[in-house]
Amino acid sequence: MIFGLPVISVAIWLPIIFGVLVLATGNDKNAPLARILALVGSVLGFLVTLPLYTGFDVGTSAMQFEEMHSWINRFNIHYHLGVDGISMLFILLNSFFTPLVVLAGWKVIEKRVAQYMAAFLIMSGIINGVFAALDSILFYVFWEAMLIPMFIIIGVWGGPNRVYAAMKFFLYTLLGSLLMLVSLIYLYRLSGGSFSILDFQQLRHIPMQAQILMFVAFFFAFAVKVPMFPVHTWLPDAHVEAPTGGSVVLAAIMLKVGAYGFLRFSLPITPDASHKLAGVMIALSLIAIIYIGLVALMQSDMKKLVAYSSISHMGFVTLGFFMFNSYGMEGALMQMLSHGFVAGALFLCIGVLYDRVHSREISAYGGVANKMPVFAAFFMLFAMANSGLPGTSAFVGEFMVIMGAIKVNFWYGFAAASTMIFGAAYTLWMYKRVIFGAVANHHVAELTDINGREKLIFIILTIFVLGMGVYPLPFGEILHVSVNDLLLHMTQSKL
Amino acid sequence: MNLMANLMPAAAEIFLLGMLCVILIVDLLLSERNKIYTYLLVQATLLGCSLITVGTHVDGVVYAFHNMYVDDLMSDVLKLLTYLAVAMMMVYSRQYLLLRGLFTGEFMVLALFALLGMNVMISANNFVTLYLGLELLSLALYAMVALQRDSAVATEAAMKYFILGALASGLLLYGMSMLYGATGSLDLNAISDAIKHGVPNKSLLVFGLVFIVSGLAFKLGVVPFHMWIPDVYHGAPTAMTMLIGSAPKLAAFAFTARILVEGLQPLVHDWSGMLIIMAVASMAVGNLSAIAQTNLKRMFAYSTISHMGFLLLGFIGGGIEGYGSAMFYAVVYVLMTLGAFGMIMLLSRAGFEADTLNDFKGLNQRSPWLAFMMLLLMFSMAGVPPTVGFYAKFSVLNTIVQTGHTWLAVTAVMFSLIGAFYYLRIVKLMYFDAPQSHEPIHVGMDSAFLISFNGLGVLILGMMPGMLMSICAVSVQQSLLLH
Repeated sequence: MIFGLPVISVAIWLPIIFGVLVLATGNDKNAPLARILALVGSVLGFLVTLPLYTGFDVGTSAMQFEEMHSWINRFNIHYHLGVDGISMLFILLNSFFTPLVVLAGWKVIEKRVAQYMAAFLIMSGIINGVFAALDSILFYVFWEAMLIPMFIIIGVWGGPNRVYAAMKFFLYTLLGSLLMLVSLIYLYRLSGGSFSILDFQQLRHIPMQAQILMFVAFFFAFAVKVPMFPVHTWLPDAHVEAPTGGSVVLAAIMLKVGAYGFLRFSLPITPDASHKLAGVMIALSLIAIIYIGLVALMQSDMKKLVAYSSISHMGFVTLGFFMFNSYGMEGALMQMLSHGFVAGALFLCIGVLYDRVHSREISAYGGVANKMPVFAAFFMLFAMANSGLPGTSAFVGEFMVIMGAIKVNFWYGFAAASTMIFGAAYTLWMYKRVIFGAVANHHVAELTDINGREKLIFIILTIFVLGMGVYPLPFGEILHVSVNDLLLHMTQSKL
Repeated sequence: MNLMANLMPAAAEIFLLGMLCVILIVDLLLSERNKIYTYLLVQATLLGCSLITVGTHVDGVVYAFHNMYVDDLMSDVLKLLTYLAVAMMMVYSRQYLLLRGLFTGEFMVLALFALLGMNVMISANNFVTLYLGLELLSLALYAMVALQRDSAVATEAAMKYFILGALASGLLLYGMSMLYGATGSLDLNAISDAIKHGVPNKSLLVFGLVFIVSGLAFKLGVVPFHMWIPDVYHGAPTAMTMLIGSAPKLAAFAFTARILVEGLQPLVHDWSGMLIIMAVASMAVGNLSAIAQTNLKRMFAYSTISHMGFLLLGFIGGGIEGYGSAMFYAVVYVLMTLGAFGMIMLLSRAGFEADTLNDFKGLNQRSPWLAFMMLLLMFSMAGVPPTVGFYAKFSVLNTIVQTGHTWLAVTAVMFSLIGAFYYLRIVKLMYFDAPQSHEPIHVGMDSAFLISFNGLGVLILGMMPGMLMSICAVSVQQSLLLH
């Protein structure tokens, strides 16, 4: 409870209310006010989620901080919120990134500032809703509502090809979502009139054919968001065209929403289909890890490179899920958190360069270290983290997933481990070309090092990247019970 | 006493007719400049009708005029909504019509006659009354489309509408006569009883059904009887398009529900097959053709076709949930359509129609608030939560999945996905593109308030859709399925 109000509801609605307030500041004459209001709202939005961490009981897999009110009685739909070990950290991660995104867009966004800031605040609240919803229709509403601000963000403040990217992003995701909706309604019929996700998970008998069809529908919804190999093509477009803040939220949070969906819906509701189709999922994950890793190697655009690297890293996550053991799954969750920090940080780094030079081409840079030594150091750290250096957060997750994979099949682990090499190759090669060498052109020569605001952002991120790499226990502790419960749940057949 | 008992269920219509005569005479005495008084009188009439409808409401189903006329919860709810829709249409179009010299007594009187026709359709319980209401509505609409005499497009639209409409009425009448031949009655309840007890000539019955369904399909505007919709929507002045596209859909819902559900329920297996084909074809043709349109009114015409296809799915689902969801869909659809056409009229100026896609370019820079309202309306039409359009689609999908038509639901959502594209395109034009003209937008207080009410209504109903859903389901339960 915060001031007598339930924590999760506050975490959802506070940013949204601030978003509406920011929107109300109107045109760009009031831009400074909009910025300050947005910062206050996002920082408050983060602070109110802290009780979720401090008050969290790591000893139970049950839902905590539950709230339940009836919403649409005709269909037995409830405003039902709650978190467990799997979802809680993502709410924190999301709320944590919102102030950083606001800060990152502080100077750069000059047109329609209020709308930009408001879109991020509203989206932050909605994403918290996605992670906390325990009623599937409530989940669906948040899930879809999330598209609207993101569509606007990419389309209004994005790069030259923004319209194409925004449309592609929206329609791809909508395709998956609509199929999921049909599945949810079908589950409502099976469960005899309940839309509760928890009730869906407790269903005892679902025929194999129905499970497979539902798994496929969920797959479309979640795989598009993750994104997994054949349906990933929207991501590079969206990333490249999105403004820095948009890329950060996409990489750090929105991709996690898809992976989270697998854990909440696909695996526990259709366990038999998950087992049956695990081979396909593993194959797709490995393709993502290896093939997309190679694709990343060939990119000339920094943002595209990091976007492909994200797909490759998310392949790790889905691989971990479908190993069906606790190493794989916890590793995957760690990887999700770590990737949030690392990819977010990398996009912010690229944003720093882009704001100054207005180019994302690797070839437009060279010798940046001569002009921006502090920045080069931070960038170095995050680049290392992206390649999975021990001591950084990325190592923990990747290592655990590889262990989990080797337990199932040595060659899965072998193939997955190759990403350590590819990851290092494409990240460090990019780093070398951008940062080292002689000063390439007059744009680079005119660069100024990062200012206090940017330093603050990077310092905060560094603390998390290193902290989680050196001492991952607090994160693992929270995940552990919930993950084990999920795995236990998955061993029970529903046929 | 007996006379009063007969008159009470039709009190609102009688009042409306009386006021119509008064308005006709009063309008004659008013000069061009003072038409605003006619307008106010019309609004007052609508308010009066609402009060009478609420005041004369009684629980249960009341029949009047030898079962020709029925007053039940569904008819009262639908009538209230038609008053609201017509009142909103009047507010939205006042400025638009003034600038085009169409703000005349004829327009208002015809609109009220159309309203009277709708209400008779909504309350009809006999083929004769149904037909009477339908013709009253249609004739008023034909005349309204043709009201802009100097416009060739409008005249052409009126001509097409009239000829095709007459043809459809003929089909309907032919079907009704066949059913009369097969069952010996024109009364819906009697027809239903007769079919239940078995009629000697089943093939005559089914032939009649086919003609009736064709006539209904024409009035709803579903494939393959949809040809008139794009031309009429496009050609008619936007105020008239708004009237045609909004309230009559509620009447058409009631009309379909009364005939198919009350009268021909025993033939449900025969007509639901036809409806499935028409629904799928409508969603396909409507959504695919809408993509190719550059004129907004034409685009909304095709989108109407697809929405009506979706609405029919509710009838296929059947039961309280099914018919209730169809009614909910109709109500939501009318709300969204009013807003969308309202926006076109708000952006139009003297001698300029803002009815092409390009006219919406960069609206966010010209007027963020209007752009935001249009965004809400478009996402609602596309069925994206948290707007109410999602719940309309959701409740219809729910009924068809519950009755085992899962694949039909998958087909429907796939066409919705295609549909989402052209709604998104409007959002794209408003937010992502630069404006083509920087002409300031002058919006009257009344329409500005109404469009906000309309847009936010779509959002707020989306946050709390339960109430409206329940009203629809309860009125269907108490009205259609009691017998």
